Amino acid sequence: MAQVGLFIPCYVDQFFPRVGLATLRILRGLGLSVVYPREQTCCGQPMYNTGCTREARPLAERFVRLFSGFEAVVAPSASCVSMVKVHYPDLLGETPEVKALALRTFDLSEYLVDVIGVTRVEGDYPRKVGLHRSCHGIRELRESSSSERMDAPFDKTRQLLSQLRGIELVELERPDECCGFGGTFAVTEEAVSCMMGRDRIADHVRAGAEVIAGYDMSCLMHLDGLARRDGTALPVVHVAEMLEKARLVR
Amino acid sequence: MIHFHPEKARAFAQDDARAHWHDKALWFVRVKRDRGAATVPEWERLREAAAGIKAHTLSRLAGYLEEFERNATANGMQVHWARDGEEHNRIVHGILERHGVTRMVKSKSMLTEECHLNPYLEARGIEVVDTDLGERIVQLAGEPPSHIVMPAIHRKKEEIGELFHEKLGTPAGLSDPTLLTEKARQHLREKFLGAQAGLTGVNFAIAETGGFVVVTNEGNADMGTTLPPVHVASMGIEKVIPRLADLGVFTRLLARSATGQPVSSYTTHFHAPLPGGELHVVIVDNGRSRMLADAHRRQALGCIRCGACLNTCPVYRRSGGYSYSYLIPGPIGSVLGGHRDLRGHASLPFASSLCGSCTDVCPVKVDLHHQLLVLRQEAGEQGLVPLGKRMGMKAASFAMARPGLFRAGGRMARWLLWAAPGLARIGPAGAWLRGRELPVPPRESFAELYDRETAGSGEDRS
Repeated sequence: MAQVGLFIPCYVDQFFPRVGLATLRILRGLGLSVVYPREQTCCGQPMYNTGCTREARPLAERFVRLFSGFEAVVAPSASCVSMVKVHYPDLLGETPEVKALALRTFDLSEYLVDVIGVTRVEGDYPRKVGLHRSCHGIRELRESSSSERMDAPFDKTRQLLSQLRGIELVELERPDECCGFGGTFAVTEEAVSCMMGRDRIADHVRAGAEVIAGYDMSCLMHLDGLARRDGTALPVVHVAEMLEKARLVR
Repeated sequence: MIHFHPEKARAFAQDDARAHWHDKALWFVRVKRDRGAATVPEWERLREAAAGIKAHTLSRLAGYLEEFERNATANGMQVHWARDGEEHNRIVHGILERHGVTRMVKSKSMLTEECHLNPYLEARGIEVVDTDLGERIVQLAGEPPSHIVMPAIHRKKEEIGELFHEKLGTPAGLSDPTLLTEKARQHLREKFLGAQAGLTGVNFAIAETGGFVVVTNEGNADMGTTLPPVHVASMGIEKVIPRLADLGVFTRLLARSATGQPVSSYTTHFHAPLPGGELHVVIVDNGRSRMLADAHRRQALGCIRCGACLNTCPVYRRSGGYSYSYLIPGPIGSVLGGHRDLRGHASLPFASSLCGSCTDVCPVKVDLHHQLLVLRQEAGEQGLVPLGKRMGMKAASFAMARPGLFRAGGRMARWLLWAAPGLARIGPAGAWLRGRELPVPPRESFAELYDRETAGSGEDRS
């Protein structure tokens, strides 16, 4: 049995294939046997979050079918992983199969830190980086502490990135405010969505970031779309792309 | 109603400078709240305790309400029960009529907003003066509150100066907050002295003692209930807590969550009428028991009206209180409004990016953003999701269930975006493109790259 089922969200597959490739290379670089189930498409989150449960269910069911055989399922997306981990049990019922899959599905950062136990990262990234931690990573998966809760601060992604030589992670005024993507919210509530995104970009610019890093291409696609429209020279990069060339030591 | 919030929000956001001013004013309160919460080492345990006490109380609500009634009556209060807003208003009016009251002062109470008490009494010849400064401002302006703790947060001090000039006869051009507050104080002092009855809300009713607690910063509830002989307190059925010992959990959370203060200026305990006076408590259901009947919805009845979810909400801060069709704005309002009348407030569950900040900030741990998600599903079941969106999701679901169709469709979409980018403007991406660029389509999908990568590694091994 393959150790890792690679879950590449539909929009990453179509629009950001390099992020999928970087994830694949990181996992294989750790000596894991990784399989990308060819039949996978979408986890059903867009339908689920729009209230179209009937449309979401068949996609969730086929996802469970496709991925239940793996020891772990890993995706470069906290948001899509939170669909499987947090919402599948509500949508499909808490069957043993669904519960087991929810427990075994991980966003890349948490998989590297919690499951593989990466303690050292050897690589270079000599730039000033603003880390955009997306909401579902923070408040659904708890990959980092949230600014609202008074827990001891932690951040699994930062823990990895901060070890890259030459990297400077800049401090944001609002460390975890939503970028305003929000799935169909980006279109339904277009005005507020764009304002939220522009405010996030401005925060990164003020902090001196040269690039915005994140673990959800959906947020980054929204921020990048705004920056390019406004002529703000602030490229976006996925965490997987930053770690692709690094040596990860357990 | 499905377009209510997006349209109002767009109009609010159009005035970019004002929307950012609003955003910053509320973010400032959020930061103060963070500082206040950080001074309490057991903050998260307090939240846990508060959520537990609320869950327990709501699971035995009838018993605790009756215990409160018994003890309050023994203390000399008169307890009334109102099934809905209409009955509440009738009861309040009856009390006032019996005492020949024509002038009443009132401290902040979202419940009386919900019941539309002011217009009801005014139509019957009773002057009602809101005595909370923010409430008085919006009352003079003829507006509803735009925030549950800071009702006039949407108004700049210059605008308040203008309003006072027009309504209270203050000199034109005043904008100094201290001066304006002093003017309001003088104006309200006369109203207090002339009032024949005072109405307050109830923050917490304590079953064990039959007393209740009203929290204010301005002392207006105290003055409004110590001068006139008749005090009417309106409370929703969810305001009761079991014991006096439970109160501290909530007061510690409430002030810090609302404004970052360690304690509110006035936390007043009422146990009995004034000598020779009367103290009436009106306990109102108005749809709450319907929410109580559902185990998930019930959580929202735990809300202690601190307003923290409004202050933290990135959407509320940029769309303003009047962009919400329910009288309580922000995440908790969208939840309560949606539970109350989803058809009437169909845009509210969608007026959120589901970022979850509200849930994490909530002092009683109401899972606000998951409640919104459940409301979206109910909206879907009831046909309250716009047709275009529903059709889009149907089509996407159909294609996504067929990998061949998904891959062919994806290839075609990428090719079209590359060959004829203008076409996207007429499709569903049109709204996206109003303020943003679309991603630059790659030539190959990940699936294609994967094949090459895996074939390559296979060759390496052989």
